[in-house]
Amino acid sequence: MHSICSQATAVPRSNFAFDSHAPALPISKPINLRFCGLRKEAFGFSGLTHSCSSRVRFTSRGHSKRISASAENNGTPPKSFDYDLIIIGAGVGGHGAALHAVEKGLKTAIIEGDVVGGTCVNRGCVPSKALLAVSGKMRELQSEHHMKALGLQVSAAGYDRQGVADHANNLASKIRSNLTNSMKALGVDILTGFGTVVGPQKVKYGKVGFPDNIVTAKDIIIATGSVPFVPKGIEVDGKTVITSDHALKLESVPDWIAIVGSGYIGLEFSDVYTALGSEVTFIEALDQLMPGFDPEIGKLAQRVLINPRKIDYHTGVFATKITPAKDGKPVTIELIDAKTKEPKDTLEVDAALIATGRAPFTNGLGLENINVETQRGFVPVDERMQVIDANGNLVPHLYCIGDANGKMMLAHAASAQGISVVEQVTGRDHVLNHLSIPAACFTHPEISMVGLTEPQAREKAEKEGFEVSVAKTSFKANTKALAENEGEGLAKLIYRPDNGEILGVHIFGLHAADLIHEASNAIALGTRIQDIKFAVHAHPTLSEVLDELFKSAKVKATASSHVPVSEPVAV
Amino acid sequence: MASPFLSNSTISFSSSLKSSTLPRLFPSVSFSSIRFKPTPRRILTVRSKIREIFMPALSSTMTEGKIVSWVKSEGDVLSKGESVVVVESDKADMDVETFYDGILAAIVVGEGETAPVGAAIGILAETEDEIAEAKAKAASNSGASAPSAPPPPPAPAAGSTPAPPNSTPAYAAPIASEGLRKTVATPYAKKLAKQHKVDTESVVGTGPYGRITPEDIEAAAGILPSKTNVGPVVVVEVKPAAPTKATSDSSAPSSIPPPVPGSTVVPFTTMQTAVSKNMVESISVPTFRVGYPVTTDALDALYEKVKPKGVTMTALLAKAAAMALVQHPVVNASCKDGKSFSYNSNINIAIAVAINGGLITPVLQDADKLDLYLLSQKWKELVEKARAKQLQPQEYNSGTFTLSNLGMFGVDKFDAILPPGQGAIMAVGASKPTVVADADGFFSLKNKMLVNVTADHRIIYGADLAAFLQTFSKIVENPGSLTL
Repeated sequence: MHSICSQATAVPRSNFAFDSHAPALPISKPINLRFCGLRKEAFGFSGLTHSCSSRVRFTSRGHSKRISASAENNGTPPKSFDYDLIIIGAGVGGHGAALHAVEKGLKTAIIEGDVVGGTCVNRGCVPSKALLAVSGKMRELQSEHHMKALGLQVSAAGYDRQGVADHANNLASKIRSNLTNSMKALGVDILTGFGTVVGPQKVKYGKVGFPDNIVTAKDIIIATGSVPFVPKGIEVDGKTVITSDHALKLESVPDWIAIVGSGYIGLEFSDVYTALGSEVTFIEALDQLMPGFDPEIGKLAQRVLINPRKIDYHTGVFATKITPAKDGKPVTIELIDAKTKEPKDTLEVDAALIATGRAPFTNGLGLENINVETQRGFVPVDERMQVIDANGNLVPHLYCIGDANGKMMLAHAASAQGISVVEQVTGRDHVLNHLSIPAACFTHPEISMVGLTEPQAREKAEKEGFEVSVAKTSFKANTKALAENEGEGLAKLIYRPDNGEILGVHIFGLHAADLIHEASNAIALGTRIQDIKFAVHAHPTLSEVLDELFKSAKVKATASSHVPVSEPVAV
Repeated sequence: MASPFLSNSTISFSSSLKSSTLPRLFPSVSFSSIRFKPTPRRILTVRSKIREIFMPALSSTMTEGKIVSWVKSEGDVLSKGESVVVVESDKADMDVETFYDGILAAIVVGEGETAPVGAAIGILAETEDEIAEAKAKAASNSGASAPSAPPPPPAPAAGSTPAPPNSTPAYAAPIASEGLRKTVATPYAKKLAKQHKVDTESVVGTGPYGRITPEDIEAAAGILPSKTNVGPVVVVEVKPAAPTKATSDSSAPSSIPPPVPGSTVVPFTTMQTAVSKNMVESISVPTFRVGYPVTTDALDALYEKVKPKGVTMTALLAKAAAMALVQHPVVNASCKDGKSFSYNSNINIAIAVAINGGLITPVLQDADKLDLYLLSQKWKELVEKARAKQLQPQEYNSGTFTLSNLGMFGVDKFDAILPPGQGAIMAVGASKPTVVADADGFFSLKNKMLVNVTADHRIIYGADLAAFLQTFSKIVENPGSLTL
């Protein structure tokens, strides 16, 4: 997702952090400052702690001869670890952590058993964005009405499946090599093989058939990610019954495909498949489509993304058995009622995509060696991503980020968690605010959100005794959206009228995924509505949708403001 | 600025009583009082409290509204002031709320459909006992208001579709249960059926596995004019099909004869679909054919010589055709828009190859420029790739002229169909010893092969093709130039 691009350009940013000395910076948001001095102190401190614990398992391997320059400069005792930090898994989370670790002067290694980039880059967000880019363009070209309204004439739009598939594949390899190069350029050691924790601060890795290597590190981050979850009873053959891994290769475009699960993955694929001419049937276990989205956004999304398209759906049903097409028979799907468990229906379709979520990939990590029990496969962690063992105690020097801990299964969340861990191991306590992490679904138009949904906010408000207000703006009033003839859309702000705190923002509309960051940054930085409403937006841009959203919120005049302007102010 | 567009603005409609003699009542706009002008007194005498929900006028310019979504579904209990339906007007989407308590008995105008302002879009019953009555009313109402409903089903289709069950009731029922096969309709077909009020049960699916496709619904709804005429015929065809108790489908597709018992339907593979599509597309091109006998003794002799070097007959023919095309660029051209010649700068010879369950045309690019040995080697690679299904698109869709050779099967002559996007295709038969008489009346035995070229007459005329074939024949008869 977007995080990749920012990671790839992290080199100059890190220079900035080292060169700039703190006092020069304006002190308004203390959270963001990087003090070099602090970092040095952190090394001194952490050096002490690990020297005690390392007495027992001193390793005299070749790796350990090299000592990281920063540590030497600080006059800490020679280290007895091969690395300061080892990250198991080179997905987006591991990559983000590695880059930040280098910036912080840590000697870092990353272990990857498959391909650099992990799910996101190779089998997830990245190739799917390529397919969605194609589907967006196809959709536009095919919409005669839309084209006519713009005064354009386009003759029958067609596509070459292989060409589309190649585009997705090429994008994945390009991003993968960017990722690999950025780590190599910074001096992150990429170790190949499956990593296993063999004991505290000790990891084994190696390829099948080769002798294992054992490396030690002061701190270890598990970032092994996840794999598509396939419920039992479903037989995946990779041809007619597929997961997102197969679908992204776009080896075929079936006439009729059933998509099991209507979350992000299912929804995005329904966008791709219908644009390429397939008909889609959703199968959703819950009573409504798109669970997890704000209900109002979900309703609107259904009106725009489902109802007018060649899509139908079965809700409140489980697919208990899915048999791939063979012997001249189509794919059959047996449905039962999710509540009564009574057989309900049997579908016959050309293909089925299983998009029922993702399962953590934590088998073979050797967690039993350090007395950690996974919960449904997820590695239990505390709010600082530190791993919790079977007795409920924190495991020192072991962290788990990303899909493997299941806190928030998004690539950029993993990366943020990784950065947070690196902050901690370099001595600065940091707790990531997950409510500030945006999420996006790249349908046409896009859906994005950050923070709480309206029901969640109301529940919280009732518990904690505050008032909740909702403000909404429509894309129908936005000049830029209308210029694009894409006026369908809604932005929704959930906030506290008493102090102007933003609780959640949900956007459905053109480029919603890019628009959400103004809101997520405001939440992350604690900016209040009464302050952000004075920020200026270029006209005419889509960002004015959010501008209006903030302006239309009614914050009580008594709420304090950081900006030295008294309210109300006529603008 | 945004406030007029906020989607949470609500507006109320008033539903009012309707007795059978009453004309359609006015909708009352937003907060205006309910108008019962014509006969206010009669309302008190109406016992059953069945109310119609009208399409409200949400703005002064609104003449019709689209139902965005029904917030409530049939059977839901409504209480006064609750949102019932979201209506999209020319300006905005608005939640419409009810003025009455009751049960939403029937939805007359479904989601995504449009109704004029004032038309009944739903029926509200006061108690559960009245639901049935309300539903009946809804049924009659939708019938009565048919002219205002957006796409009224044409009469012939409506008349013919219910006919089959009526005409063969004795057979229809057992078959439906025996087959244990419910109607399968694709999502879009279901949508269309709802939109055009077509009962999917009465439609015969022609799609894969007998499923009902959007085309079937369109045909049943009479959208395709050709199919409406076929309408009555369907009834006739169903009769013979029914007694045979075909296991796959309860009745036959409209335009295809009933399936023979025990027959199986195997859907096309992707490749077969592509072949089918290309073949059908070719019908739109006016083609003609010119045949030419070519003496191959010299070519056969050359073939014997170069065979050990890995040269195949296919490569020889491709090379010969390419060299002839150099001299006749129009035969290598194509007609893309019906208005112009598209001359190709390269001569790419596509050659038809049968592969397991399919047909593909790997392309020898620049066949005129490559030498025979390179061409043969290239061809070998292409065939291997084709068998492994690893051809890249430009390796099978960049042809400018196609060669199809069935000579190895002993076929003496045949006729090829012109692939879309090309100007000509050459069909090559077997070379056979033939008695020929020369100008002086001497008989001799020569190997002759019949080639038959199909071409697009919009750009390639008879004389062009004849001249091309003459050149081709000369090259084949004096094949020395092929090895240069």
